[in-house]
Amino acid sequence: MTLAAEKTKHNALIAKARRVGALVKKEFRQMVRDPSSIAMGVVLPVILILLFGYGLSLDVKNVKVAVVLEAPSPDVTELASGFQLSPYFAAQFLTSMPQAQELLLDRGVDGIVLVRSDVARNMKLGDAQVQIVVNGTDANHARIVQGYAQGAIGQWAARRAAEGRAVNVGPVTVLDRIWFNNANDSHYFLVPGLIVLVMTLIGAFLTSMVMAREWERGTLEALFVTPVRVDEILLGKIIPYFAQGMVGLVLCLFAAKYLFHVPIRGSVWLLAITSMLYLLVALSIGLVISSLTKSQFVASQITLLATFLPAMMLSGFLFDLRSMPTAVRLLTYAMPARYYVALLQTLFLAGDVWGVVLPNAAVLTGMAISLLLLTRLVTQKKLA
Amino acid sequence: MNTPVLVVRDIHKTFRRDTGEIVQALDGVSFQADRRTLTALVGPDGAGKTTLIRLACGLMTADKGELKVLDTDINLEPQQVQSRIGYMPQRFGLYEDLSVQENLDLYADLHGVTGEERKTRYPQLMEMTALEHFKDRLAGRLSGGMKQKLGLACALVRAPELLVLDEPTVGVDPLSRRELWEIILKLVHEQGLSVLLSTSYLDEAERCGHVVVLHNGKVLAQGRPEEVSKLAMGRTFLADPPAGQKARSLQARLLDDPNVTDAVPEGGQVRLVRKDEAVTVPGMVPTQARFEDGFMVLLRRTVGDRPVGGSMKVDHPPAGHGDEVVVEVHDLLRMFGKFTAVDHVNFDVRRGEIFGLLGPNGAGKTTTFRMLCGLLTVTGGTLKVAGADLRRAGASARQRIGYVAQKFSLYGQLSVAENLGFFASAYGLRGGRKRQRIEWALQQFELKSLARLPSGQLPGGFKQRLAMATSLLHEPETLFLDEPTSGADPLARREFWRRITALAEQGVTVIISTHFMEEAEYCDRVAIMDAGRVLAQGTPAEIRQRAKSEPRRQATMEDAFIAIVEESRRSTPADKARAGGAA
Repeated sequence: MTLAAEKTKHNALIAKARRVGALVKKEFRQMVRDPSSIAMGVVLPVILILLFGYGLSLDVKNVKVAVVLEAPSPDVTELASGFQLSPYFAAQFLTSMPQAQELLLDRGVDGIVLVRSDVARNMKLGDAQVQIVVNGTDANHARIVQGYAQGAIGQWAARRAAEGRAVNVGPVTVLDRIWFNNANDSHYFLVPGLIVLVMTLIGAFLTSMVMAREWERGTLEALFVTPVRVDEILLGKIIPYFAQGMVGLVLCLFAAKYLFHVPIRGSVWLLAITSMLYLLVALSIGLVISSLTKSQFVASQITLLATFLPAMMLSGFLFDLRSMPTAVRLLTYAMPARYYVALLQTLFLAGDVWGVVLPNAAVLTGMAISLLLLTRLVTQKKLA
Repeated sequence: MNTPVLVVRDIHKTFRRDTGEIVQALDGVSFQADRRTLTALVGPDGAGKTTLIRLACGLMTADKGELKVLDTDINLEPQQVQSRIGYMPQRFGLYEDLSVQENLDLYADLHGVTGEERKTRYPQLMEMTALEHFKDRLAGRLSGGMKQKLGLACALVRAPELLVLDEPTVGVDPLSRRELWEIILKLVHEQGLSVLLSTSYLDEAERCGHVVVLHNGKVLAQGRPEEVSKLAMGRTFLADPPAGQKARSLQARLLDDPNVTDAVPEGGQVRLVRKDEAVTVPGMVPTQARFEDGFMVLLRRTVGDRPVGGSMKVDHPPAGHGDEVVVEVHDLLRMFGKFTAVDHVNFDVRRGEIFGLLGPNGAGKTTTFRMLCGLLTVTGGTLKVAGADLRRAGASARQRIGYVAQKFSLYGQLSVAENLGFFASAYGLRGGRKRQRIEWALQQFELKSLARLPSGQLPGGFKQRLAMATSLLHEPETLFLDEPTSGADPLARREFWRRITALAEQGVTVIISTHFMEEAEYCDRVAIMDAGRVLAQGTPAEIRQRAKSEPRRQATMEDAFIAIVEESRRSTPADKARAGGAA
C-alpha cells in the first residue's frame, strides 16, 4: 500500500516536472522570437550601460565662474590664479560685482567669487573675507561648485599659512580625499545603481508585461483547463526571467569591470546571491501586478510607478537618502531597491562588510518570501 | 456509467460592468448533457453561453446553484475536472509565436501524453485536422479555420472525457466551418465523445443531439432540435413575390404585419412563419420548418415586441435615377507590408441599390470600406464615391456619405442626445436645422425614451441604432455600413434590415458588408470576397446558381460561397494567393 502510494507520489512529481519543463521551454522559445522581449532584456540594458556610463556623469568640470577683483593686488592675483589653473574652473575675471551678477542671471556663469577692495588691507590684519555666490537653481550642482570654490580658497589660505601669512577664510573644509571614490569618479556609484535598474527592468517590468499579455490574449484561458497547476504556471514564468535577469547582471558586471574599471572589492558570489534575492522580489512584484491588472498597458504603468521610478529616485542611487524629508525617507524603507543599492554599493566599493550585508540581505529575503507567497495567492485559475 | 456528463441546476451569475451597471448573465439556468451526445447552447450574443461554458470549466464561480461536471462538483474540485476535459475558448487561446507542432507538444506535455501514446495520437490528430503540411508554420500565420482546427487538436490531445467548445465557428469562413463540423460530428458519432458547444448560428443547432436555447440568461427551451423546429410546423410557407416586385419588398410588407411571426428573403422567395391563419399570400406553399423558424416563434413568445423600423421616412429623398453610378472601384489594391489585404478589386454601385460585400473575417471587407470612405490611402487602383476620391476631395464630398464603423465608435460617456448633438455639429448643422435633424433621428430610430441615457449603457441593438442614426443626420445619399449585424440577435437583425430596405426604397444608396451569407438575399447585388479578392459578383440569384445542387433542398448562399471558394482555390493554391499567409 505504502509502496504504491509512494509510486503515485513519485509519478505525480515527474508529471509536475514535465509540465514545468514544457512551460519553461515554451517561454524561452517565445523570448527568442519576440523582438520586444529581446529589446527589453538585452538591448535596453546595453543602452542603459552606455547612457549611464558615458552620457551621464555627476562630476563637475570646467565650471564657469566669475572672479571679481574689485582692487587687483599681488595677493589677490595669487588667489585668482588658483581658479585659473584649476581644471574644475573656467574663470573669467571682472572688476565689478553688478557686471558679475548680470552674468549669473543670464546663466553665463554658475558662480561668483567676490574679492572685495578691502581684502588686501584686512589680510594684513589677519581677517580677510572672500564671498562665494552660487546659482542655486540646481541645488546639487550648486553644492558641488560651492565645495570646489571653498576648496580652492582653502588651499590658497593653507599655502599662505604655511608661509606664515595667516588668513581667515571662514568655515572651510578642505577635502583632500573623498572616501571610497578616490578618483572622485561618479561611475563608481552610477554603475552599481545601473544594475538595480536593469534588474528591476527585467524582473518586474518585462515579467509583468509577458504575464499580462497571456491574460490579455486569452492564452491562459486555454492553459487553465489542463492538468497544469497555478504554481507550475508561475514557475514557468519565474525560471526563464530569472535566467534572463542573471544574463543582465553578468552584462552589467562585465561593463563595470572592463568598460568603466569600477573596482569590485567584495566577493562576486555575495554579489550574485544578493542579486538573486532582489531579482526574486522584482519578479514577484511583476507577477502580482499582472495578475491583478490582467492588462499589458495598466500593468506596465503600475510597474513603472511601483518599481522602476522608486529604484531610480528612492533607492539612494541618485539621491542621498539622508537628505530626504522624513516622510519620503520613511517611504524608502518599503522599497526593495533601497536595500539592494546599499548592498551593491558596499560590495562594489567597500568590500564584504558583514554589518551592512547581513541586515540588508535579511530584509530582501523576507520580502522575497512574502511576495512569492502573495503571488501564489493572487494568481487564481479564474477569469475576472 | 450512464450518468450525465454535465448537470446544471438553477445557476445564477451576475457581473458588474466597467460602466457600473449590473448584468444578469445567467438567471436560474438548469439543464443536463448526456454522455456520447452533442449538446449545444444556442442563442444570440449576450445570451449567457460563454459564461455558462466558463462556469462549467471552473474558470468562474457561480453566485448560486449547482454545477456538476463528470460527477464532480466544479466548485469543490475544479482541478479534478480541468484535468479530464478538453476546452477550446472562443478566442484563439494558443501561442501565435509557436509553431503548430510546438503548440501541440506543449499541450501533450501538460496533459502527460508522452512516448508511445504520442506516436499513436499525433497521426490521428493530424489526419483529422489536415494540418500535417503546416506543422512548422507559426500558429499566428494560420488562417482562421486552421487556427480553430489546431485548437481542437490541442484540446483533444489526450482523449478527453468531455470536449467543451465555445463558439468554435465564429469568424471562420464557410468552407472551414463545414470541415470543422465534419470533424466534430465524426468525434461524436464514431468515437462516442461527449461534446458541449455553444453557437449563435441557428443552422448549426439542427445538427446537434440536444439543444438548450438561451436568451438573456434564461433557458427558453431544450430538447432535440426537431422539437424546436416543430413549434413552427404547419405555419411555415414559401411565397413568390408578385412579378416586378423584389423579394425584400414582399418580406418587408409581411414583417410589418402583426399576424406574421417571421419573414425573411430566401432564394428569391420569402420564407414566412405566420401567427394567424388569416395571413395569405397568393401562391404560397407550405414548407418544412427549420430550427430558425421555431426559434423565432420562441423568441416572439418571450420578447413579444415586433420588429420596428418599417415606418422610417427620409426627409429629403436623394434625387437622381437608378442608372447613375455612385461608387466606382477599379483595380483597387491595398498592401500592409508584404501582406495584400485588398487584391485588385473591381465593382460599381448604382444609385438606390443595396450592394453587399460578403466574406469571412479577414476577407478584406473593412479595408475596402476604409478606402472608400477616405480613411485609408490606396496602394493602387482608382476609386470614386459620388464622383470624387474622398481621400482628396473636400468636405463637400464627404457631406454626401454616411459611415457606420464596425466597432461602436460613439462616446460612451455622452448621452444619446449629446452624441447626436455632437455629430450634428461635426457635420456642420446648426440652429433650427440641427434641432430638427436630432428630433428626426430620435423619432425615426425610436430613441426618445432613452435620449438621456449614456450611450455606453445602451443594450447592443440600441447602440447599433444610435450609430446608424448619427450617420444619417446630415442626410447622406450614400450610406456605408461595415458589418452592422455581427453580434446582433435575430430580432435586432431583422429590425436593422427593415430600416435598410426602407432607406433604399427612398433612394438612399447602401453599401454593406456582412459575414452572414444569408443576408445577401436582402441585397440587389453582391460581391463575394475571400482572401482580399472578389471571387464573384452579381445578383443573389446569379450567385446562387453557381452552387452545386444539393439533394433534397434548395442551394443556399452559403453553398454557393463554398463552391465559388473551392473553385478559386483549385485554380490558385491558397498559400500562394496571399504572401504572408495570415488571414
